[in-house]
Amino acid sequence: MTTLTTSVSTARGRAVIGAAGALTALGAWFMLSRGSENVYFPALPAILDETWEYWRTAEGLRNLGASLTTLSLGLCLGIVFGVAIGLVIGQLTFVEQAISPALEFARAIPATALIPFAMMLFGVGDNTKIFLIALGSLWPVLLNTADGARRIDPTLRDSARAFRIAGFQRQAFIVVPAVLPRILVGIRIAIPLGLILMVTSEMVGAQEGLGFVITQAQATFQLVTMWSGIVVLGVLGFSITFAYSLLERVLLRWSDPRREDA
Amino acid sequence: MLIVTELEKTYPTKKGGFTAVRDMSFTVQEGELFSIVGPSGAGKTTLLRCIAGLDRPTSGGVYFQGREVDGPPEDFAIVFQDYARSLLPWATVGTNVELPLMKKGNTAAERNRRVTTALAEVGLSDAVDKKPFQLSGGMQQRVAIARAIAYRPKVLIMDEPFASVDAQTRADLEDLVLRVKEETGTTILFVTHDVDESVYLSNRVAMVTRSPSRIAEVVDIDLPFPRDQIATKSLPEFARLRAHVFGGIRDMVHDTTLAHA
Ligand SMILES: Nc1ncnc2c1ncn2[C@@H]1O[C@H](COP(=O)(O)OP(=O)(O)O)[C@@H](O)[C@H]1O
Ligand SMILES: [Mg+2]
Repeated sequence: MTTLTTSVSTARGRAVIGAAGALTALGAWFMLSRGSENVYFPALPAILDETWEYWRTAEGLRNLGASLTTLSLGLCLGIVFGVAIGLVIGQLTFVEQAISPALEFARAIPATALIPFAMMLFGVGDNTKIFLIALGSLWPVLLNTADGARRIDPTLRDSARAFRIAGFQRQAFIVVPAVLPRILVGIRIAIPLGLILMVTSEMVGAQEGLGFVITQAQATFQLVTMWSGIVVLGVLGFSITFAYSLLERVLLRWSDPRREDA
Repeated sequence: MLIVTELEKTYPTKKGGFTAVRDMSFTVQEGELFSIVGPSGAGKTTLLRCIAGLDRPTSGGVYFQGREVDGPPEDFAIVFQDYARSLLPWATVGTNVELPLMKKGNTAAERNRRVTTALAEVGLSDAVDKKPFQLSGGMQQRVAIARAIAYRPKVLIMDEPFASVDAQTRADLEDLVLRVKEETGTTILFVTHDVDESVYLSNRVAMVTRSPSRIAEVVDIDLPFPRDQIATKSLPEFARLRAHVFGGIRDMVHDTTLAHA
């Protein structure tokens, strides 16, 4: 018991326990679906075979590529605008007061509600997807950035003022590094949102991508293919989140070297 | 050149206002080192923040070269009491010192030269590429001092700058301040709670009372320049001035203790 509690508190211990849990879940799925005759729940090996086969064909790769391109473009746009607008709002009180109520209203609208509107504006295709992903990922980045910019350490703010460090220098050397931890939190929230919006918009407003394959396979009753799309989505989400957490650690340690373990 | 007139600063608090500084008036002459000594909590930092243009006084004013100070003036540099948090943790020592010089059309070569010189003056030439967290508290304070010196201000404001350095470093840094004043003619406004330090460094020492603080007395320090840690401090006049200032401060502390009893 003591070893278990200590291992929970170390990073490696957590990774081991997490891996054990994931393997258990996978094992359970394997056992429960073994020799399944149920068309809705195909056996895991069949799904994995299909995943390995379909997603390496030209068609599979094209769909995967389409998803990744729109996801990265959408997230980039959302992050760039989120940070830029967040920095302005967080530093200019009057702008904040002026647009804060409108902002609260706008962010309460789920981005998915705008799918029909986006399709009207951009048609069926990449631009609709990019627009929706960007819009959805904008809010967490924007709100975290604005809040972070409002809370810059007063002593740091005073020394910037006292030495009249302003304009670009102030933003680049003081504000952005100080707000970086909050920007990173915003992005961490934005990534899964982006994935959800990517799949959703592909299901209704696109001709390619992971979400399109999943709905298409379902409609043509190729349920193994449908499940393989879900597996790929899971692997994709996990890999992106994992890669991001590595990047986040490096950046956090840079922005505040004093912190024990980012 | 720096005039403080009837300055009052009242902080809003839950139980009404708290007056930290009341009716403070004095004039700092060009090129002098004017120090302010008083017990902790006397409102010294409050006063400096108003003079530096970081806070507006509730009433009264601060005038520098005939103009009212309503924001941090171009020609002031500050060494904050809370030095550790006034440095950028993500920037190297070199960048911390260089950043204030980046405007004003200084060339990169000129900035570099000033950074190198200033760091050498505070004995931190080797630390230029280090991050502040890799340095001791006293070394971080020296970085803050180097940043202020490299800036070449007309007025240098220092808020208890040597409170956390060891005795030898402290003596060295005191002499550095005297040298900067001597070589550049910088006007220095120096806050301390250390009586010896104020007498050793200053042309004049102002003693302030507990808050709401006002100036109890301004003492002229007629000790010869250049000053020397051993020679100056063994002068009978030094002992007399030190005793005088020390007595003044002690009486203030006692007065309030009695008043509170
Ligand atoms: N922002 C503030 N709000 C309310 N009270 C303050 C504030 N800053 C300082 N004070 C109070 O004013 C008094 C003087 O503080 P300060 O100027 O820091 O004194 P000193 O620097 O001489 O130690 C203290 O009693 C302190 O609690
Ligand atoms: Mg103070």
